[in-house]
Amino acid sequence: MSPQVYALLVDATTETLLMVGVSGVIATVLGLPLGLALAVTGRGELLSCPAFNHVVGLVINATRSTPFIILVVAIIPFTRLVAGTSIGTRAAIVPLIVAATPFIARVVEAAIREVDRGLIEAAAAMGATPLQIIRKVLLPEALPAIILGLTLATVSLIGYSAMVGAVGGGGLGDLGIRYGYQRFLPDVMVAVVLVLIVLVQIVQSGGELIAQQVNKRNLKS
Amino acid sequence: MIKLQDVTKVFSGRAGSRPVKALDGITLSVAAGEVFGIIGPSGAGKSTLIRVVNLLERPSSGRVEVGGVDITDLKGKSLRAARRGIGMIFQHFNLLSSRTVFGNVALPLELVGVPAAEIEQKVSQLLDLVGLADKRDRYPVELSGGQKQRVGIARALATDPKVLLCDEATSALDPETTRSILRLLADINKRLGLTILLITHEMSVVTEICRRVAVMESGRFIEQGDVLDVFVHPRTPTGRALVTTATGGDPPEVVMRRLVPQPVPGGGVVLRIVFRGSLADQPVISQLSRRFGTDMNLLHGHLDAIDDASFGVLVAEITGPPAGIHATIAFLHSNRLDVEVLGYVPPSLRATG
Repeated sequence: MSPQVYALLVDATTETLLMVGVSGVIATVLGLPLGLALAVTGRGELLSCPAFNHVVGLVINATRSTPFIILVVAIIPFTRLVAGTSIGTRAAIVPLIVAATPFIARVVEAAIREVDRGLIEAAAAMGATPLQIIRKVLLPEALPAIILGLTLATVSLIGYSAMVGAVGGGGLGDLGIRYGYQRFLPDVMVAVVLVLIVLVQIVQSGGELIAQQVNKRNLKS
Repeated sequence: MIKLQDVTKVFSGRAGSRPVKALDGITLSVAAGEVFGIIGPSGAGKSTLIRVVNLLERPSSGRVEVGGVDITDLKGKSLRAARRGIGMIFQHFNLLSSRTVFGNVALPLELVGVPAAEIEQKVSQLLDLVGLADKRDRYPVELSGGQKQRVGIARALATDPKVLLCDEATSALDPETTRSILRLLADINKRLGLTILLITHEMSVVTEICRRVAVMESGRFIEQGDVLDVFVHPRTPTGRALVTTATGGDPPEVVMRRLVPQPVPGGGVVLRIVFRGSLADQPVISQLSRRFGTDMNLLHGHLDAIDDASFGVLVAEITGPPAGIHATIAFLHSNRLDVEVLGYVPPSLRATG
């Protein structure tokens, strides 16, 4: 591999990490409360509000059913509004956030719904407020599942980030397509795939490790 | 301490299905310091009833009073304050897996903003009370079922409630652990003067610690009274079935199969005899043979004590001259024993028993 290609690979990896990192953090900040809201506003839940639940659910489903590559081009005006540009790594972060937020909201919702209802009942019997139940019961109990969900979302983001080459977002996927495929440089393609595999492995193992650390349900002594 | 006045609860159910009447005119009064049991088969409405007492279920009609205060219409802050005066323990313990034993017991205190130093002291006291001081930094997954329920009890007592609700608290435990938990509850009842309302489907739980009991079926109380009375004289089929399971079931099938409804000349009679109170201590049985020339063959029996009063159920076959058998039954009656003729056995089969 020539030094130039090596430099390209380093740049592309940096771009991918940047896109995934920034969009992952922002999507978590947005998706976590959204997922929590979805979980507790369902019919018969802690803060039952079916109308809100229904509307938010619809929006999330609509976003999630749009193929990512279409989403990227469809929201270009919005991207320009937010990022000030519609091409480049900075612009690519916007559709990544838009795609990842509903995804994270759903995995957080599922994690919180998994919490034993008996625990909510016990806390209510103690005289806990709904907010206290969320803070002291739902979130701590769902934490291992939430962390695994975020891991899943991050891995998906790495996959999505390969597609934002379409708007000049750069990153590993873009490198693989332009050099590996279009210029027919199989060693570049192999290198790109290897780096992606390593990235996904690191994220997955790291996520599982943290989830296991906070999970007190099956302690290994 | 706990008063329910004509409480009903109707679940409307999903669209299209019939509304379900889970509670149908329940009136109940539990005195301060009393241990009251509610027993019934699953689906009788017991769980709904106990949840009405702390308004986890809101009654459709009727009044709920705890500690002399009508709490039926309380909401928000005042309801939460009322709930802190009512502890509750659960069949599946409902401990937070993310918190240690200490953290679980501390939770109700954290909720009301008790300072950390005070929490520390109070939780240590409670863990001593339930005998788990050495487990304070363990997580629930590391505890046995009995230990988990002890944590549940400590947690329920953290806010110094006057009432403790036990929702099938021993149903997930083995018999020995059940005993130790019931002993702990009885001990707490005596030491702290706590009023305990418990629901269960096991008669043995009721006989172990309750003074009074109500038998529940289809959302109604079908029997109510002192445990000993209900136990010895169940007036309903459900009550009888519960008592039968607690006394080890009916006599063995081989005995029941041989029974015929009419007396057979030269045959014997099979009786169910219920002893109670001090009568159980008298040598009634041994007198029978001496006085009436009858023989008694014990087929099945159960001896127990409720509230320190012994009682027993015996199934016995009496053989001998017909006059002797009559005299025997009359004698048992005259000793204020409850005698029920289960059937008769023909002589040819008698020896096989």
